[in-house]
Amino acid sequence: MVETFGKKATRFGFGEGLVELGKENSKIFVLGADTISSVAINNFKEMFPDRFLNVGIAETNLLGMAAGLAVAGFIPFVSTYAVFASGRPWEQIRTTICYSNLNVKIGGSHSGLMVGPDGATHQALEEIAIMRCIPNMKVISPCDLIETRKAVIASAYSDGPVYIRYGRESTPIFTQESTHFEIGKANILRDGKDVAILACGTMVYESLMAAEILEKKSIKAQVINIHTIKPIDENAIIGAAKECGAIVTAEEHQIYGGFGSAVSEVLVKNFPVPVEMVAVKDKFGQSGDGMDLIAKYGLKDVNIAEAALKVLKRK
Amino acid sequence: MTNLKLVSANVRKDIIKMLELAGSGHPGGSLSSVELVVSLYFKHMKFNAKNPNDPNRDYFILSKGHACPVLYAVLAQLECFSPDELCTLRKAGSRLQGHPAKDKDLPGIEVSTGSLGYGLSIGAGVAAGMKQVKKDNKVYVLMGDGEQQEGSIWEAAMAASHYNLNNLCAIVDDNGLQIDGFTKDVMNVEPLSDKYKAFGWNVIEIDGHNLEQIDNAYLKFKEEKQKPTAIIAKTIKGKGVSYMENLAQWHGKIPSKELIEQALLEIDESVK
Repeated sequence: MVETFGKKATRFGFGEGLVELGKENSKIFVLGADTISSVAINNFKEMFPDRFLNVGIAETNLLGMAAGLAVAGFIPFVSTYAVFASGRPWEQIRTTICYSNLNVKIGGSHSGLMVGPDGATHQALEEIAIMRCIPNMKVISPCDLIETRKAVIASAYSDGPVYIRYGRESTPIFTQESTHFEIGKANILRDGKDVAILACGTMVYESLMAAEILEKKSIKAQVINIHTIKPIDENAIIGAAKECGAIVTAEEHQIYGGFGSAVSEVLVKNFPVPVEMVAVKDKFGQSGDGMDLIAKYGLKDVNIAEAALKVLKRK
Repeated sequence: MTNLKLVSANVRKDIIKMLELAGSGHPGGSLSSVELVVSLYFKHMKFNAKNPNDPNRDYFILSKGHACPVLYAVLAQLECFSPDELCTLRKAGSRLQGHPAKDKDLPGIEVSTGSLGYGLSIGAGVAAGMKQVKKDNKVYVLMGDGEQQEGSIWEAAMAASHYNLNNLCAIVDDNGLQIDGFTKDVMNVEPLSDKYKAFGWNVIEIDGHNLEQIDNAYLKFKEEKQKPTAIIAKTIKGKGVSYMENLAQWHGKIPSKELIEQALLEIDESVK
């Protein structure tokens, strides 16, 4: 069994991190776009109303004003649903924020299929791809509430733009306050020498469960939480490839251009080994219960375990 | 007292000369903005060329980034950097990029611009930040009239008025032309003043080449206590060079050697 410490949505970790930052740093400014309660930035607003702006349903202005606040010397955080935080204002993020290397932090909430019943319009499955291709941008996809809070705090002190991807649904908490978190440094959560499962975000927990399934088949799987997709921890990936000789990647994101692609880019350049990718296979999401969709789109622990068996045959 | 008419003429000549050396760029919209920018930097903005990042400075955001030759020329006139550097415009390795680039560390460039429709949001963000720390730094954003077609402008216009950003001054260089022709034919933005008024702005209409009217407009902006200010400045695209005036084709075209000579002579004549 994977040890857990209850369940809570990662968005609350984002909100808690902001409040913590707000107390210690008067430069922290938060901007929302009409979704402030659902993306859990309302507590910051209540505690620091003079450092909070709601721009209404206007995401290009959300990112544009955040850019201006960064020009003025603040550390602005924006948050809304990931589709609207990363997609609509993509060019502001590219041309105004990243090109100027402005200190803007973007929170993409409600990411992935797990957002459920709202359907494909609201299920962000492309942000890793469209954010990581922009120079200067860092991309973090934390695995649980505690890690999301740490990511928010670390991002405030990492100069330049950062995109943090997290979710609305309650998900297991399985890291601890004492777990080390550093942007760009992967965490090995489980040792094993037969196959390495590299995961980010919600898929880290599923990967740990998959390792349990594989254990019963006497397959020792290493599980690595690669919370930072850019800059990615190349040493951890190369190390896993050398040690295990076969890799599975897992992400709640489109298969093209996302986390699996980022891992593969490192492997083909440094130490090519067989890779299987667990991801959404070039399809839009749909309405449904979040976990039902995870199963329907093949992102469950069993699917990751299957991918491991498949990649082992290619070793 | 600096003769702003003379400065404007010198800025115009620098624009023409640097575009000739660059072999590409945007003369029309640079020339139409000259007096608006000269008046700001030489008379109205708190700006120390020797310390362009002074925390007490006023901010200038060139939303119509393609008009950067006018900004480069003005910054060079102020000796923010050596005027010799104007010769490097648009060349590989230059700090004078084809559109303003923050990452090249050219003194006086606040933020990268060039994709139209972004500057007003940036300016609103700076203005909101200054209000939060209770500082009276002013923020100026120069836009084009064609640029008003971008939806993001109106998101920003709404927010600036909602948050009473009276420290924000939008300047529309209303030369009436865009790449494809007259703005009124391509996609009419008029009545521009009424639009900004309806969005809750303090609107001032002026002749954007009349230094006295420009002066008064900036003074009125500084006196405004409540609303953001929009200065709608009627201008002439290609102003100062007879064969360019009011022609869309000079948006992004460089004249021949003979026409360059003619332009420089005409500008000299205008201040004799």
